Amino acid sequence: MRPLTPRRIVAICALLTGVLFVVVVFSLQVGAYPISVGDVAMTLVRGALGHWNSIPSSDRLIVFGLRLPRIALGILVGAALSVSGASFQALLRNPLADPYVLGVSSGAALGAILALVWLPQFPWAMQGLAFLGALATIAAVYFLGRRKGQLDSTTLLLAGIISASFLSAIIMFLMTTVSGRDLRGMAFWLMGDLGTAPAIGLGFLFVVLLIGIGAIYTTSSDLNLILTGEQEAHHLGVNVPRVKLVVYVSASLLTGLAVSVSGAIGYVGLLIPHVMRMLFGSDYRVLIPASAIGGAIAVALADTLARTVVAPTELPVGAVTAAIGAPVFIYLLRRRFA
Amino acid sequence: MSAHGMPAPAGRDAAAGWMQNPVRLVVEQASYAYSASDRDAPDFTLGPATFSARQREVVGILGPNASGKSTLLRLLSGEFKPLSGRVELDGKPPSQLPLRERAQRIAMVHQESTLMFPLRVWEYVLQGRYPYGRRLRFENEGDCLMVENALAQVGAKQLLDRRMDQLSGGEGQRVILARALAQQPMLLLLDEPTQHLDIGGKVELMRRLRKLAEENRYTVVVVTHELNLAAEFFDSIVLVQRGKCLASGKPADVYRRELLEQAFETELDVEMNASGKPRVVLRGDAETEIAEGDAETPEKN
Repeated sequence: MRPLTPRRIVAICALLTGVLFVVVVFSLQVGAYPISVGDVAMTLVRGALGHWNSIPSSDRLIVFGLRLPRIALGILVGAALSVSGASFQALLRNPLADPYVLGVSSGAALGAILALVWLPQFPWAMQGLAFLGALATIAAVYFLGRRKGQLDSTTLLLAGIISASFLSAIIMFLMTTVSGRDLRGMAFWLMGDLGTAPAIGLGFLFVVLLIGIGAIYTTSSDLNLILTGEQEAHHLGVNVPRVKLVVYVSASLLTGLAVSVSGAIGYVGLLIPHVMRMLFGSDYRVLIPASAIGGAIAVALADTLARTVVAPTELPVGAVTAAIGAPVFIYLLRRRFA
Repeated sequence: MSAHGMPAPAGRDAAAGWMQNPVRLVVEQASYAYSASDRDAPDFTLGPATFSARQREVVGILGPNASGKSTLLRLLSGEFKPLSGRVELDGKPPSQLPLRERAQRIAMVHQESTLMFPLRVWEYVLQGRYPYGRRLRFENEGDCLMVENALAQVGAKQLLDRRMDQLSGGEGQRVILARALAQQPMLLLLDEPTQHLDIGGKVELMRRLRKLAEENRYTVVVVTHELNLAAEFFDSIVLVQRGKCLASGKPADVYRRELLEQAFETELDVEMNASGKPRVVLRGDAETEIAEGDAETPEKN
C-alpha cells in the first residue's frame, strides 16, 4: 500500500517540467535557421537578465520574436487539450474520449469562425463563442450518446465522430462563402496550426487556462470516484451533478480557448492522459497536472516536427498529431472492444 | 397487513438490551414513485412500507423481481426522498443529510464495480475514506490502518496489493464489502450481494454479515432472493410484491404460506426446522428447496 502523497506529485511534475525544458531548448534550436545550444542558452540567459543589446539581433528576433512565442502557444494549447481530454474520459467513463474525437473541438472552431464573421470588432468574442460552441457540442453529444437512458460508449464515440464531421461541413461552407475558399483558413480550423500568432495576449491565455485547470483539479478526488460509477460515487458522498457541471464547463473552456488560438488539434487529449496513466497511474490527483505538462511537451514537440520535416515549408501541427494519434487510437479501440 | 406493531428486539440480547439498544432505523408508511419524465418504463410506485431496525440487527428485503426491493433500499440510502411517510436514521431523514455526512453513516454495497482503469485493492478500499476530511484530500496513516482493518474483517487481508480485475467473484465481493466497512457506517445496505456466489460463498457471506452487525454494531439491510438463508440468518424480514409491502416482522411471522404464495405466485409450503426457523419448500415436492429466485433476470428497479 502506497497512497499518493503531494510530494510524489511534485516530484513527477518536476521531472516532466525538466523534460519540457529540454524540448523547449531543442525546439528553439531547430528550424530554417539553426541555432546552437550554446547560443540558445546564451540568448535565453541574456534575455532573462534584460541584456537585450548584447544578443545578436538575428538570434534575438528568431528566439524571442518567432520561436519562443510559438512554443509558448503550443505549451498552453497542449496543456489545455490534454487536461480536457482527461476530464472527458472521467466524466463519460470512456477511455477514448477526447475533445477532437467527440466533436467538441469542431464545435469550438465553428463558434470562433462565427465570431470572426459576426463580431470581428470584439477581441474576446472568438474565445467566448468558441467556449459556447464547445459547451453546446459536448451537451449534444452527451444526449445523442445515450441509449435507453444509459451512456453507451460506442454510441457516444459515434455521436462524437458524426458531430465532428457535420460541424466540419458547416465550417467548410462558411469558409467558402464568407472568406472565399480560404484554404489556409480551413486547414487552420479543421487541422490545427500554431503558425498564426493569436490576437489575444499569451499572458491572458495562460491565466484563464490556469483557472480552468485549477477548477478541474479541485474535483480530482471526486473524479477518481466517478470513474468507478456515478451511483457508487454518490453513495460515497460525491455531489455528482455539481462535479459534472464544474468539469464540463471547465473542460469546454479549455477546449474553446485552445481551439480559438490554434484550431482543432486532434488526439492530444486522447493520447497524453493514456501515456501519463501508464507512467504514473490513473489517480486524477496526479493525472491532471501530469497530463497538463505532458500535453505541453507533446504539442511543443509535434509543432517542432511540423516546422521542420518538410522545411522550408510547414505542416499544420494537427497533421503531425493525427498521423501519430490516429493509429494509436485504433490500437486502443481494438484492445478495448476486442 | 403492512406493519407489525411493536418491533420486538430480535436475536440474542433480547429483553435486557432493549433499553440500551433503541430503534435506529425507522421506516414509516414510506412510499415512492418514479416520475414518467426521466424513465421510459411506466410509472412505478412503491406503496407505503413500514418497519424498523435496531443496531446489531440484520433485516432482509425479500420479494420477486421488479417488486420494488431495490427502490426501498434506495429510500433507506437517502438517494430517494420518500414521497410520503418517513425514513429516519437516528432521528434524521437520510435524504436530507449532506452527502458526505450521509456517507459517514450509510454505506451501500453494490453488486459489482465496473472499473475503467484497473485499481489495486488498497486503492479501491481507500475510496471508502472519501467522506472523511476535505474534498480534495490525501490519505493519511489512519486511513491506511482503516483499510487494513476493513480487509481483515472480511478475511481479505492477503488481497491488499492485488489488482481488482484479477480477483475472483467471491474475492471481489469481499473487497467491495471492505470499502463499505472503511466508511465506518452505522447502516450497511447490500443489494443482492449473493448473486454471483456459490452456496458456500453465500453462507459465508451471511455469517460474515451477522458477525459484522454484532461486532461493529451495524444495522444491516440486505436485498436478497435467498428465502431460506434469510430465514436462517436474519432478524427480520420485509416482504415486498409489486410495489407493495406485504408484511414485515420476524421470519417466523412473515413466512406464512398464504403470504409467500401471494408474493411469489408459486405454490409453496413452509416448514419449521428444529431450531424454530421457517424453511420454504415447493408444495408437493418437499425435497426441492426454493433456494434462489430467478437469478437469470436481474432486477429492474
